[in-house]
Amino acid sequence: MDNLGNIGTTEEQIELMDVATNFCRDKSPVEKVRALIDDDLGYDPAIWREVGELGWLAIAIPEAHGGVGLSMAEVVPIAEQMGRNLMSTPFGTTTLAAQALLAGGTEAQQAAWLPKISEGMAATLALREDHGDWDLAHVECSGTQSGDSLTLSGKKQLVLWADSAELIIVSVKVDERLRFALIERSALPEGALRREQIIDETARSYELTLDGLSVSTDALLDVDRGREVIEKVELAAGLVHAAEMTGGAQAVIDYTLDYLKTRKQFDKIIGSYQALKHPTVNNYVEYEKARTHLYSAAHSWGEQGRGEVAVRMAAAQAHDSYSQAADRSIQFHGGFGFTHDCDAQLHRRKAIMNGALIGDAPYQRSKLAGLLFD
Amino acid sequence: MAEKPDAAELKDYSQAADAWFKENTVRDPGFMLPLTFMEVSTDEQFDFLREWQRKVYEAGYLGAAWPKEYGGGGLHTDFQRAATRAMKKYDAPIMLNAIGNGWAGPLILDLGSEEQKQKYIKGMLNAEDIWCQGFSEPEHGSDLGNAQLKAVKDGDGYVLNGSKIWTSLGDRAKYMILLARTDFEAENKYKGLSFFLNPMKIDGISTSRIKKLTGEYGFVQTFFTDARISADCLFGGEGNGWSMAMKTLEYERGAKVKPVGGYFVKELDVMQIVELAKNSTRNGKPLLDDPVMRDKMTQYMIDIQALNLNNTRRRMPQLMQDKPMGLPLMNKLARTELIRELTEFSLGFQGTKAGYYVGDENAVDDGYWHRSYLNSFSATIGGGTSEIQRNIVAEHALGLPKTR
Repeated sequence: MDNLGNIGTTEEQIELMDVATNFCRDKSPVEKVRALIDDDLGYDPAIWREVGELGWLAIAIPEAHGGVGLSMAEVVPIAEQMGRNLMSTPFGTTTLAAQALLAGGTEAQQAAWLPKISEGMAATLALREDHGDWDLAHVECSGTQSGDSLTLSGKKQLVLWADSAELIIVSVKVDERLRFALIERSALPEGALRREQIIDETARSYELTLDGLSVSTDALLDVDRGREVIEKVELAAGLVHAAEMTGGAQAVIDYTLDYLKTRKQFDKIIGSYQALKHPTVNNYVEYEKARTHLYSAAHSWGEQGRGEVAVRMAAAQAHDSYSQAADRSIQFHGGFGFTHDCDAQLHRRKAIMNGALIGDAPYQRSKLAGLLFD
Repeated sequence: MAEKPDAAELKDYSQAADAWFKENTVRDPGFMLPLTFMEVSTDEQFDFLREWQRKVYEAGYLGAAWPKEYGGGGLHTDFQRAATRAMKKYDAPIMLNAIGNGWAGPLILDLGSEEQKQKYIKGMLNAEDIWCQGFSEPEHGSDLGNAQLKAVKDGDGYVLNGSKIWTSLGDRAKYMILLARTDFEAENKYKGLSFFLNPMKIDGISTSRIKKLTGEYGFVQTFFTDARISADCLFGGEGNGWSMAMKTLEYERGAKVKPVGGYFVKELDVMQIVELAKNSTRNGKPLLDDPVMRDKMTQYMIDIQALNLNNTRRRMPQLMQDKPMGLPLMNKLARTELIRELTEFSLGFQGTKAGYYVGDENAVDDGYWHRSYLNSFSATIGGGTSEIQRNIVAEHALGLPKTR
């Protein structure tokens, strides 16, 4: 089997890991995460500005468009540390939108948007619909062309950070072909965005009503590269969310360990009981496997064939490991685990959200099986 | 200290090693070859593997990085790595003298006297002197620190009484690394232990073979009845047995003493399992069309790939900062449990044929899978059970309190 990835790091990746580790830890203490749950925007604009100033949105954008000219491999340590510290911002969606533009944008579109993203403009993707299918090519929203205008219809769901994004990239079917339209949020009619109640209270998500909305055909990505955009976005999303989940798994295991080391029952520190100790070790082992897969996926990202296998392995392992570690964290915290005050639920909910966005572990495995065995 | 290798020299050596293993590797000598040093059952297996190790050593592909003055090759570690890669490439048989080369040798090279190095190292490299390990006792399997075999100082020697168990190659070994109790009044159980380089072929030491769950042999129980050894067999000083025993475990990571090279245990080739699955059918369709089997097989591929890459990641300090002991300590647990699960899983591919065993012409792959599954327990139990491993990871990597 020659489509299995390898593992390696780059100097830039490690530098970014060090910076991101400190930045996310310092700027996103859990009290702040919890305070932002009740905030409309859902993130701290000052921190978002800093993320832009640090150049983190420019990492995987070519220098010609004002970017740093690295790759998604260098985005991974940042997403990992953000997930570890439950730091919510439009970082992920903006990064993915840039990838979509790179995969399918015309010269003019790339020149118009990528420099702005590089400087810190938020963007997002509107890909999901009411059918709930993880297959991003399954699109029922449509666009009808007349002259050089395209009239859109249908509803997009789970559009993360849509109220902050200046650019929203929407998938629609035009004459049976999968197309992507660039919509400026400022052009949305009143009421086009409805805030959704989502399982992850640290993120913000919106339903986007396309009915009545028109865009110029100049705002459509390259007609021949629709498939490439889907593949690139799916892979990049798998990588970014695997990174977030891996960081989250590390955090929830550490959070559980803190409790197991301090809580006493029957005169003993509960971490000395093997009934708690052994499953915690099992969860830790699964986490380390997830992290290994994550850095393999980052390393293999650009390689034809290997990239997809490595990313799906990372996504499957991260989702399973994060879910299980958070699930056991709730249980091992006993009565406290059942309360909203216990951080375990933040992680458990985030793992569910991540699975909902990119496809859960069994889904990733079903895609992998085809790549490995058929 | 060997120089940083010259690239051209290393390349020549690698090519020579490649050619040598290509030419000399025998994979099917006409009888089943053991996959691990713990499974050597018959004389023909033992003789074959001993001869193979001698040949590899004499060709310069084992102990290449060990000091020249004691029988090693005196080369940089990268040379031995290249030789080991060639061994793996041609699926060469295992190195037999695992306890000697993997445990006793590094300990002696690290802490032994000049005389001990001269006496022991070369003989373990060329497999002339087979070594075994005497740590476990019948009543103290996992609780090694509680070993009770008695070593009583008597004049210029020690008199040994007691028993050791699960001694791989015990009936064929010339030496045993032995953990024995020299002080029954020490302040704790660990401080009463001492470590010996113990000769096996002496009066008062006898072995009896243990039949394994597979029906084969490979382990013995060793009995010590007033066996008398000389005082210079003591290694590391009285009362330091526990720390010596623990040290033998550290050398595996190759940090202190350069690895001897080769392998004592054959990695299970996962592709064989995938092949077996691909060639199996269920309800008239390919087995891997069955969604349950397909999902499980994929999960195992994810697991295997993770453990294989973990070995690379372990050498990348930049990805090991958070819990540096985590990966090294979990490796045994994760790997041995996975192999047990995988081999058990493979039995399910075989349908009715899962009923056959080694020796029947109808057995799939001569019963290889059944034998591998049953033998897999030697690794999940031996060398510290998986349950003990979880305690070790919990206490030493995660910082959880001891179980008492």
